[in-house]
Amino acid sequence: MLKDIFTKTKKKKYATIPSETAKQDVPEGIMTKCPNCKKIMYTKELVKNLKVCLNCHYHHSMNSKERLASFLDSNSFEEINANMISENPLNFPDYIEKLEKDREKTEINEAVVTGTGTVNGQTITVAVMDSTFRMGSMGSVVGEKITRAIEKADELGVPFVIFTASGGARMQEGVLSLMQMAKTSVALKRFSDNGGLIISIMTHPTTGGVSASFASLGDYNLAEPGALIGFAGRRIIEQTIREELPEDFQTAEFLLKHGQLDAVIPRTELKDKISVILSIHEPGGDYQWQEN
Amino acid sequence: MAGELEFERPVTELKKKIAELKEFTKTADVDLSSEIEKLEARLEKLETDIYENMKPWDRVQIARHPARPTTLDYISYLFEDFFECHGDRAFGDDEAIVGGIAKFKGLPVTVIGHQRGKDTKENIRRNFGMPHPEGYRKALRLMKQADKFRRPIICFIDTKGAYPGKAAEERGQSEAIAKNLFEMASLKVPVVCIVIGEGGSGGALALGVGNHIHMLENSTYSVISPEGAAAILWKDASQAKKAAESMRITAPDLKELGVVDVIIEEVKGGAHKDVKAQAAQIDAVLYKSLKELVNLSEEQLVNHRYNKFKSIGEYSFLKEFIGVK
Repeated sequence: MLKDIFTKTKKKKYATIPSETAKQDVPEGIMTKCPNCKKIMYTKELVKNLKVCLNCHYHHSMNSKERLASFLDSNSFEEINANMISENPLNFPDYIEKLEKDREKTEINEAVVTGTGTVNGQTITVAVMDSTFRMGSMGSVVGEKITRAIEKADELGVPFVIFTASGGARMQEGVLSLMQMAKTSVALKRFSDNGGLIISIMTHPTTGGVSASFASLGDYNLAEPGALIGFAGRRIIEQTIREELPEDFQTAEFLLKHGQLDAVIPRTELKDKISVILSIHEPGGDYQWQEN
Repeated sequence: MAGELEFERPVTELKKKIAELKEFTKTADVDLSSEIEKLEARLEKLETDIYENMKPWDRVQIARHPARPTTLDYISYLFEDFFECHGDRAFGDDEAIVGGIAKFKGLPVTVIGHQRGKDTKENIRRNFGMPHPEGYRKALRLMKQADKFRRPIICFIDTKGAYPGKAAEERGQSEAIAKNLFEMASLKVPVVCIVIGEGGSGGALALGVGNHIHMLENSTYSVISPEGAAAILWKDASQAKKAAESMRITAPDLKELGVVDVIIEEVKGGAHKDVKAQAAQIDAVLYKSLKELVNLSEEQLVNHRYNKFKSIGEYSFLKEFIGVK
């Protein structure tokens, strides 16, 4: 089941994001072909437009670095728990090697990056999942880092904003991965009861155990256009119910229609829209008005 | 004139005549300015006569006017930074109810309201402003969120009623309405409800358990539509006019019955003649209302709402016990 998601995503090579050296040396990196409309455009222009296709508005995947750069005020991000890494609790064959390989490839230590930063001047705690690391799957470290970020938000009395992108629970850590769903949810409940603001932005793809825990627990559940969001994989459902599912099944737009999302927001408007939500929740606003 | 109502025909006819005369003086070589002046004076008197002596049925017509401003119209004039929130997080997003967060003169608020369409296409999308259970459940979700973040809630009421349909019954229309009445009772934030068009029965009340209930002058609020009442009472829906008169459904009636706090004056001829001016009228009443309520404690707000509804209803006692012993 999870394998299906992996194969599907591997087929869809959306964009070539060349490293700094490749950008200068390899001419292929200069242009990017949109997998949706097939139009070829300058990679530079695509990146400048937050990786939203200039022609068809297809939202190319963003890694955690790109996301933080596009969403937070520049130089405002301070990472926490950057060095936390996974163990191999089940002695799963090849797991450690795979983790090492991904650390090298992605230059991050796990599938989520957490910390504090500002959005148009308003301080938040933020967690950004990264689908380039083990498909953004959630094991002990992802669960722990997100929980610590929630606790940080509670401690600072600031909103918690999470960008989700995940294939679901990490198979190699078995039931420990499953329990991270509960760990993060328990932390969110305490934070929420203390009056904390939770904003969840679901990006492509948000599935399985992640969609069935913190991704769906926002005071505001938002999503990027076209993002795949769901619990069970499309093929599993089709095989179980022996029916063909509609084209838009489990897209952000489908979820909006079925009451699961507050809004679908294009990436280019995301920062400003979230800034508006944050400003409406700024502490003390109501007291100011009372005195007038 | 599009959207002209039966009772105001004399006004529109006179207006037309004046316009014709003005057009005529432009081309012809005669001075009719004194005649025009006379006619304009007559028009003013006629307007006052007609609009200040409106019968209940006339008000029903204005409340139902296709161009009558809707919740979203008023939201755009009254609030800043409105961010619409969709969905009940369970079944669907009912577009017959809109809701979201915004600021009112800098104060964070949650705004919810029934939403009619302006044309056939939009009306189909919004089901003519008649909600399904998921609409009420979305509204409740947003009210609970407002409660969590201690934001006042403003509800605009404008519906013929909750949608009478198969799917609505299957998903628990009654339960959804009942749950809203029940949960609104315990909200720890100020709730201000404003009837802006038709307040149709339980479907309207499901957004109506507020600390203050205000009503636009030409809106209606009733247990059933005049047509429905006529059908039940006299088995004849065409007697709606008579029903409208006997049921006491206009703003002045409700004020007298102790249901409504403030009657919000409408611009001459109805809110649709000048939305901006109408919004300004609402703005003033809403501001006064909220200023009064934000100073109450959480407990006071809940008690205030309890007492408001406890005091509605009329009854008396027999002097001596004559029941079965």
